[in-house]
Amino acid sequence: MNNSLLVVLIASGIAYGTPLLFASLGELLAERSGVLNLGVEGMMLVGAVIGFWTVQRFHAASAASLVAAMVVAALAGAAMAGILAFLVVTLRANQIVSGLALTIFAGAAGLSSYLGNDLNLADQPARHAFQAFLPNSMQNWPVVGPILFGQNALVYFSWLCVIAIAFYLSRTRPGLNLRSVGESPAAADSMGINVTRYRYIHTLIGGAFAGLGGATITLAITPQWVDGITGGAGWIAIALVIFAFWRPELCLVGAYFFGALEALAPQLQARNITLGPTVLWTNALPYLMTIFVLVVVSSGTARRRLGAPSALGVPYVREEY
Amino acid sequence: MAQAPAAIETVGLTKRFPGVVANDRVDFSAVPGEVHALLGENGAGKTTLSHMLTGLYRPDEGEVRLFGERVYFTCPRDAIDAGVCMVHQHFRLVERFTVAENLVLGDRHGAGRYFITRPRAVYGQVRELGEHYRLPVDPQARVWQLSVGEQQRVEILNALYRNARVLFLDEPTAVLTPDEADTLFETLRLMAAEGRTVIFISHKLHEVMAVSDRVTVLRSGRVIGTVKTAEATPQSLTELMVGHELHTVTRTPSSSVREETALEVQDLWVDGDRGVPAVKGASLAVRAAEIVAIAGVAGNGQRELADAVTGLRSPTQGRIRVDGKGLKKGDPRAAFDAGVRYVPEDRLGTGVAPSLSIAWNLALRAYRRMSRGILLPLRRMRTDAEQAIEAYEIKASGPAMAAGNLSGGNLQKLVIAREFSGEMKLLVAASPTRGLDVGAVETVHEHLLEAAAAGAGVLLISEDLDEVLALNDRVVVMYEGELHEVDDRQSVEEIGLRMAGGTPDAPAEPT
Repeated sequence: MNNSLLVVLIASGIAYGTPLLFASLGELLAERSGVLNLGVEGMMLVGAVIGFWTVQRFHAASAASLVAAMVVAALAGAAMAGILAFLVVTLRANQIVSGLALTIFAGAAGLSSYLGNDLNLADQPARHAFQAFLPNSMQNWPVVGPILFGQNALVYFSWLCVIAIAFYLSRTRPGLNLRSVGESPAAADSMGINVTRYRYIHTLIGGAFAGLGGATITLAITPQWVDGITGGAGWIAIALVIFAFWRPELCLVGAYFFGALEALAPQLQARNITLGPTVLWTNALPYLMTIFVLVVVSSGTARRRLGAPSALGVPYVREEY
Repeated sequence: MAQAPAAIETVGLTKRFPGVVANDRVDFSAVPGEVHALLGENGAGKTTLSHMLTGLYRPDEGEVRLFGERVYFTCPRDAIDAGVCMVHQHFRLVERFTVAENLVLGDRHGAGRYFITRPRAVYGQVRELGEHYRLPVDPQARVWQLSVGEQQRVEILNALYRNARVLFLDEPTAVLTPDEADTLFETLRLMAAEGRTVIFISHKLHEVMAVSDRVTVLRSGRVIGTVKTAEATPQSLTELMVGHELHTVTRTPSSSVREETALEVQDLWVDGDRGVPAVKGASLAVRAAEIVAIAGVAGNGQRELADAVTGLRSPTQGRIRVDGKGLKKGDPRAAFDAGVRYVPEDRLGTGVAPSLSIAWNLALRAYRRMSRGILLPLRRMRTDAEQAIEAYEIKASGPAMAAGNLSGGNLQKLVIAREFSGEMKLLVAASPTRGLDVGAVETVHEHLLEAAAAGAGVLLISEDLDEVLALNDRVVVMYEGELHEVDDRQSVEEIGLRMAGGTPDAPAEPT
């Protein structure tokens, strides 16, 4: 039963969806503050390569080096986001252009490739990787075993993040302030909320989550580093935030759906089922998502209809006249 | 009252913006328990002063004292903490939040100070304050669902919730019907009676006369004087405000109105930006040489009506005829060719291309006639612009000056200069004097009268009742997308009643 296509798809959908979930949670926080971060793909790649490098070079016990790797990857993502925040919050640069530039700068054939090649990370397996750690007896329970208990620590951590962020947004004072900054910075400002600070903090946290997402790929899913390993996951994550109507719990559903899509092709192959050119459309997905994201974010009407934060993409200037 | 210690006081307060001194050594003081009006033309410095006193701007020179103590506000938060709040002209509310969420936002002392927010905790307080101050709103309603008048109540409640000792209101009646304004005045009087200081910013004399105890008049950034309202008359205040006596234009319904119809609109339906009908079955006729004023609170479909008539927006249903000929739907060029001229409400965005020069802006309509092939006649454009600058008295450095750098009045003159070219059958003017100073208002009104005298029909859309009363041959009130003819073209009561959705037989429900 645990080998049935459905169970395997759900279980591996959750695993494959986790990097998407991390990245989209980060994107969601940035967007809720009014900052559209199109640099997610770049930040994920930098997180992926830096996290992998940390595990290779950090000589400690498996758990310690993995935790250290995730922390370093998050910091690297946050550092990248710092560049974006400086450009779009302080200098009030165009958010779409800045984000795209950052992805090009950091992405495949950019900073992340340079780091990976320069640090000789290619073609070697990770020294440690995240694995399922719960007792085998639990993992073997029918249906729920592989789905709920056969996952690695990052999956459980991401669930905690979803709950924490959902609670933060809907129930806490800083969450309310954050939403007001993304909806109406002028109102937030006159109520004494520091718009710049909220945008910086949440863009940085968003970048940290993107870094985590990238490192999840190189340390849990395919424990190795290959140039451009995220394969457009960052773009899917941005699209996910839109599909999820800027709500964390729906990000989780969406991330697992796309994760399952990703897992579908190899599973079908393994079972000798052919469904047309499957590889073609799963491979094309990130590019389709990129187009979708750019169309939606540049159309005011589409954004309003979908319920995007009203001030998304709009720099805030106090003395406007 | 003069002996009471000032609640808020400024000494030599000065604020400079590039090229202008917005406030020049302003000495102002207001005592607890009074409604103090700040009166002045647009651009006189009222808003700048209030922004400095509520922490949005920092003064360049001078000091602010609150109950005798010198204060330095560096951001709105400081002012709020000190009990100085402001109701802005453009509301500072988060539209997607509920009323209660808007109140707890940024609250550090009341129910919103906890890490875990409970907007529910303020429901009772909202109802209590609402009842006491005649500001009823549903605390659970989302702000975007509320009418503009209700949103203003939320703004005032917000200040009361924060225990404001000094409350500034910037042109609060601009968005209200006359009835709503009266209710607001009662609320303000009540707040003053409790010892709070209410500072009421306005350029409308009758409101200042109706609500305030004292008036401080500002002109070009300077305080001209502070007088007790009881000892002032509208005439004396006007003189202080503009520095010279006004000769306002008035229109007597002229026999010159001709029989031909300039504009005929039949059963017109137009969708608004959100895809719901904004104009609902409007019918209207404007005859040649006639000025028909459309009064109404903004947002009742006036913009969509103007857009449809000028071809900027396609009606979903109905017919528009200009000078007896049917107008092609949604084609601005066809409308222009048919003789429709438009002075739009948003003069900087819709009226001109701000970064283009005056000469280019003037040619935006005429270039098709003037050009040779694909080449623009640049020399002619320049001489035409020079002539227009002279004829319309536009204050500009020359034809090459960017339109966006003109002041409001001069910008409007530029739009008028361009639109008055060619054969004009119908002039649509939407809030043509909003935000202009008195001198410019006069000029614009003269141009409108001139257009009518030349035989064009004029459709004047305005929220300004004084303007409507001064210029109209007929008044039509627009309310929720429908047009209602007013019987007595000079009756403020009837126009006001209809603006609030009532009819002379059935008065509007108090909201």
